[in-house]
Amino acid sequence: MLSLGSVGAKSTKPSFVSYVTPEEIKLEKEPPKIEKHPDLLPGEVEFCCANPILKYTQDDMSQRGIFGTLFCTNFRVTFISDEKSQEETTKTFKNKLYGENDIPLMCVDHIYGVYDEKKKLITGGLVKNKYPSKMIIHCKDLRVFQFCLTFTKEEDAKKIFQGIAHHCLEERSLKCVFAFSYSGTPSPEMQRKWETILFDSPEDWTQEMKRTRANCRLVTENENFELSQRLPKYFVIPSALGDLFSYQGKGFPIWCWSHHSGCALFKASLPPVTQEDGDFQKHLDIMLNAVAHNYLYSAKTEDLSESLPTIQDIQQSYNKFKQFFLIENSTDFWLSDVKWFSSLESSGWLDIIRQCLQKAVEVVECLEKDNTNVLITEEEGTDLCCVISSLVQIMLDPYYRTLMGFQSLVQKEWVAGCHAFLDRCNHLHQKDKECHSPVFLLFLECVWQLVQQHSPAFQFSETYLTVLSDSVDVPVFSTFLFNSAHHRESVMKAESPLAQSSPLSCPTVWDWSVQFDSKAQNFFFNPLYSEKVKHEKAVRKAHKPKHQRQLSLPSTAFKPPSKKGFFKDETDSLKKILRVKRLSRWMGSPDSPAATTRGFYESWKQRPLDYHGLLLPCLDGPAVRVWMQRYLRWIPEVHIMGGGSVAVMTKLMELLSQVQDLKRVLEQRDSSQAVKLDHRPYIQHRLLSFGSSGRLSSSFPFAYSRNRSFKPIIPTGLMQSLMVTDSLASQEDEASSFVSLV
Amino acid sequence: MASAPIAPYNSSPLGNSSSPNASRESLKMEPLADVAMLPGEERVIDKDIIYICPFNAAVKGKVFITNYRLYFKNTDSETPVTLDVPLGVISRIEKMGGASSRGENSYGLEITCKDMRNLRFALKQEGHSRRDIFEILFKYAFPLSHGMQLFAFLSQEKYEENGWNVYEAMEEYRRQGLPSSEWRVTFINKNYELCDTYPTILVVPYKATEEDLRRVATFRSRCRIPVLSWFHKENHAVIMRCSQPLVGMSGKRNKDDERYLDLIREANGTTKLTIYDARPNVNAVANKATGGGYEGDDAYQNAELVFLDIHNIHVMRESLKKLKDIVYPNVEESHWLSSLESTHWLEHIKLVLSGAIQVADKVSSGSSVVVHCSDGWDRTAQLTSLAMLMLDSFYRTLRGFQVLLEKEWISFGHKFASRIGHGDKNHADQDRSPIFLQFIDCVWQMTKQNVRVKTASLWSFVNSDTSLYINPFYTSESSRVLYPVASMRHLELWVTYYIRWNPRIQHQQQSPVEQRYKELLALRDQYLKKLEELQLSDSTHLTNSSTPNAATPNQHITHLQTPF
Repeated sequence: MLSLGSVGAKSTKPSFVSYVTPEEIKLEKEPPKIEKHPDLLPGEVEFCCANPILKYTQDDMSQRGIFGTLFCTNFRVTFISDEKSQEETTKTFKNKLYGENDIPLMCVDHIYGVYDEKKKLITGGLVKNKYPSKMIIHCKDLRVFQFCLTFTKEEDAKKIFQGIAHHCLEERSLKCVFAFSYSGTPSPEMQRKWETILFDSPEDWTQEMKRTRANCRLVTENENFELSQRLPKYFVIPSALGDLFSYQGKGFPIWCWSHHSGCALFKASLPPVTQEDGDFQKHLDIMLNAVAHNYLYSAKTEDLSESLPTIQDIQQSYNKFKQFFLIENSTDFWLSDVKWFSSLESSGWLDIIRQCLQKAVEVVECLEKDNTNVLITEEEGTDLCCVISSLVQIMLDPYYRTLMGFQSLVQKEWVAGCHAFLDRCNHLHQKDKECHSPVFLLFLECVWQLVQQHSPAFQFSETYLTVLSDSVDVPVFSTFLFNSAHHRESVMKAESPLAQSSPLSCPTVWDWSVQFDSKAQNFFFNPLYSEKVKHEKAVRKAHKPKHQRQLSLPSTAFKPPSKKGFFKDETDSLKKILRVKRLSRWMGSPDSPAATTRGFYESWKQRPLDYHGLLLPCLDGPAVRVWMQRYLRWIPEVHIMGGGSVAVMTKLMELLSQVQDLKRVLEQRDSSQAVKLDHRPYIQHRLLSFGSSGRLSSSFPFAYSRNRSFKPIIPTGLMQSLMVTDSLASQEDEASSFVSLV
Repeated sequence: MASAPIAPYNSSPLGNSSSPNASRESLKMEPLADVAMLPGEERVIDKDIIYICPFNAAVKGKVFITNYRLYFKNTDSETPVTLDVPLGVISRIEKMGGASSRGENSYGLEITCKDMRNLRFALKQEGHSRRDIFEILFKYAFPLSHGMQLFAFLSQEKYEENGWNVYEAMEEYRRQGLPSSEWRVTFINKNYELCDTYPTILVVPYKATEEDLRRVATFRSRCRIPVLSWFHKENHAVIMRCSQPLVGMSGKRNKDDERYLDLIREANGTTKLTIYDARPNVNAVANKATGGGYEGDDAYQNAELVFLDIHNIHVMRESLKKLKDIVYPNVEESHWLSSLESTHWLEHIKLVLSGAIQVADKVSSGSSVVVHCSDGWDRTAQLTSLAMLMLDSFYRTLRGFQVLLEKEWISFGHKFASRIGHGDKNHADQDRSPIFLQFIDCVWQMTKQNVRVKTASLWSFVNSDTSLYINPFYTSESSRVLYPVASMRHLELWVTYYIRWNPRIQHQQQSPVEQRYKELLALRDQYLKKLEELQLSDSTHLTNSSTPNAATPNQHITHLQTPF
């Protein structure tokens, strides 16, 4: 007999819809009493556990589940099944840090308890009183776990529930984050040569300026964060900017990227508002002037906090949006299917994505078509400025569409650029709601839109983006754990186990071998990527890279007069004229924001598409879509057996690897004609075998459907969906000609 | 993976197949502006006109009208603006503005098309140019309303293959494994005496006599008795199609019909025959008033009746109309999703698909089913053909799909002429409805979810250049049942059909995925060939091929070819 009695009368009448009554369970054979423990990571410590816990199996339309033990460690909540699971081992895409039954503590979004059939959100207060019969965990990666606590001993149930609630929901200090306990060493396994530029040294910045032929000035005065703790360690500013120390660490136009024409994109936090309005305005003018001096004395500026949603808007919208994907059962799924489109719209999330992309296109138009310097500003300069500047760079510069380039971009604009990851992601469960906002996710969403619209232009796949979005909440990496460069440095120094001798080193998220073996990392590459045909190196050098942008739109701006032929006063007077005309804040036209860039988009659209040139997103209604892989991967009702884009992509990947093998064999033969035909090692059957790819579900490589039978999913509640009250509905099909037969 | 450079491969354009036009060239054809006219096509009138393009400004140009098409070409700028509209797609022609208005542009002509667009033209006031063009267009666009023939009968196009031979009913039934000990072929309808909207060859239960069939026909609307559409080779379950029973207000019963359905059930030992009534319950009840109805529990004890809640042709027509409003000429932007939802178009698609899934699921689990709606030629055709597409991989080939359409739609009397309104001026005809389009949309949704399904876009014509319509990802998995997921989460608007006229929307001739796949296939073949050549030259260098080294590479080559 299982310890049902301890919960009293309640357990005989289960508070959930169950096809398995407790009585039935009793009849099944006793779960084997083998003590199972999770394989702990280096530095991981077990806090508490409880057995037997029933975990409802999601991909089953009934409420059945599997028994096992639930653990809480300093890294995760983990469930270990009493039955032997063989699927785990055969996965081709397995995360080495956490499996399908592991929830990193940081990944927990909300916990609900079911008390007497009522679902309640667990907050601090509820924990102390009693424990629920069922615990529902919503994860930030949109998984939903449901555990039944009624089969275990009362004290165990209480302990595990309180333990999990405490470690997942209570506010905690940064040093409790697992990253500071984790002592894993990078696996010796063959590592890919990751060449992500971290932008933590003056050389990285100099190199980037050289690459884009920028004519700006590197600031090293903040090396010890003397200018500001909110500013990057190293950054680049317009050469015309004067005395740095008069800015109180705010309002620096920080260089982001230079266009091949010479104009550049800058971002800035707003200068401090003093008593006198005049100072603020003066400061703005100085900033704008410095930016304008960068190229042709032209500049446009825009305050993003005026034209885009606030970070609170973004947070609210995402909170609504994600609810549509946290599906607990089939009934909910089909009920929500009815109003699917209008629900999505009401969250406003897709519209925020559209607005960001739209704004980025506006900036691109200024740089590409008008050849104007652009300065984007924002209160802190590290939220929407990062979104827009990164998007602009991806649209304009094909380098950022490669995997390494993209990672470097995230480092440049976000990590080194001091985006407050810790606050925005709310890794510490702070109660202050004002500062939480999924800004980085919003950026990844926008990138996904570009990837799905222009797939061959990107070296990385949507799987890569999904994994990256998940990795934000894996508390092992230092990348997304801090609020600024200064924050990182000071914490790392203080938390170092070896006192002050050497700072603590956590792996960066870019070391993908921490999470995936090299075979799994293959899924990060987009088989559709059309590689730029490499010219001979010698030829390229001779030509001076013209930014490889054959598709640059004809500049409508005037061409610069050759500097030599101009007298100084002439240039000055020209500047004066220009200043009036070109130092402007551009205003989104009030009618339709899209209308402003429509002409630009259309003229781009008419040219043949070059995947290595300028890339613009289509922003019409049907073009902005839901990131299906990220949001729908755990919902069994939408899994298409043997279908979805994964089936095609897998096939492409197989073919691509064959072609590459063959190519290697041929190259090998060319280079070593003398060597005998010993090419066997190269043509090892590197066929990526995903079992029979025809059997993969559309959620591959994330959720593995256990439901291998080919039973279709039949929608329920269809009639509620469509009550056509129109008189048409009752009309005869053949109104005019129905002949009743006698 | 993708980081290694792949040399570009110049795929040969698809257009260089030479066969289909060979016959055309023998006919003398006068070019129309800059397009070749079809054999049998004749010029009727040319006029200067202004095309009021909804995506750009007004475009000055010339319009050419033939007995087949309306062709417009601009004369005002170098970037070509052309329209090539077969007259068959014209649904309605209206005059707009007139003498009372100011300005010459007010002499307008608005043409409503059946392909999700409207065309507006402006004409000069002088010389009654609008009246002329209106009258001619009205006559040639609606030839049947003017005692003329459709262009299809005037066309002198010669094809190498006779498209009428694509479908041979007997051949198709034989492919399915029929006749059998339980099912027989009957010629009772060879002169369309039993039912004028059914094909001549029908498959019925072996135990049902010709007399039985005649008696059942009296109880089924328009004599459309239950006949076999598809036979499951392994479990012998069948899909039967028919029209509603003539139950009427009084709740009439018919012993012959009841026994006949029981014969169907018995044929493979199904315990309970499932009757899928495509209509919503209330509509089925309402049909009793006009003599129709549904199979009641009392009368048909060994059958269960399931309503699939699919609405009638009028609802579908209005839904598409609403859809057109939100996509043409401009796509609704900020409220796109709620606008799309309010058209209900995708919800109707969902209902049709989920109905078909239920039919297919029932049959593959071994139970026979009967599918009907009111007359059994709209919703029924959609359901049976979609279910068959899910169940039988043959129908997912280009040929098989043609057979499916010939069989379930054309031979079983889907009223193409009245649903589309070919050559008929009555644009508000209540019989018009986009039922076939809706079916094609469902097929599109299936291909979208499972690319292994093939896609097709008339037989003689299509078959002459199949490469355009072939999906390179198609894999023939003979026994695979393919179910789509009928959830709004997966259903999406078929943008390249419904919004194809909008220049802002992405139009790709070929999906990058397909293109990439073909490139890689060609590249692989190229490398393999090269490798083979090298090996050949190697083996000639080696005196004897007895060394194991020379043998291994060949094994690899054969291995590499197998997965495809």
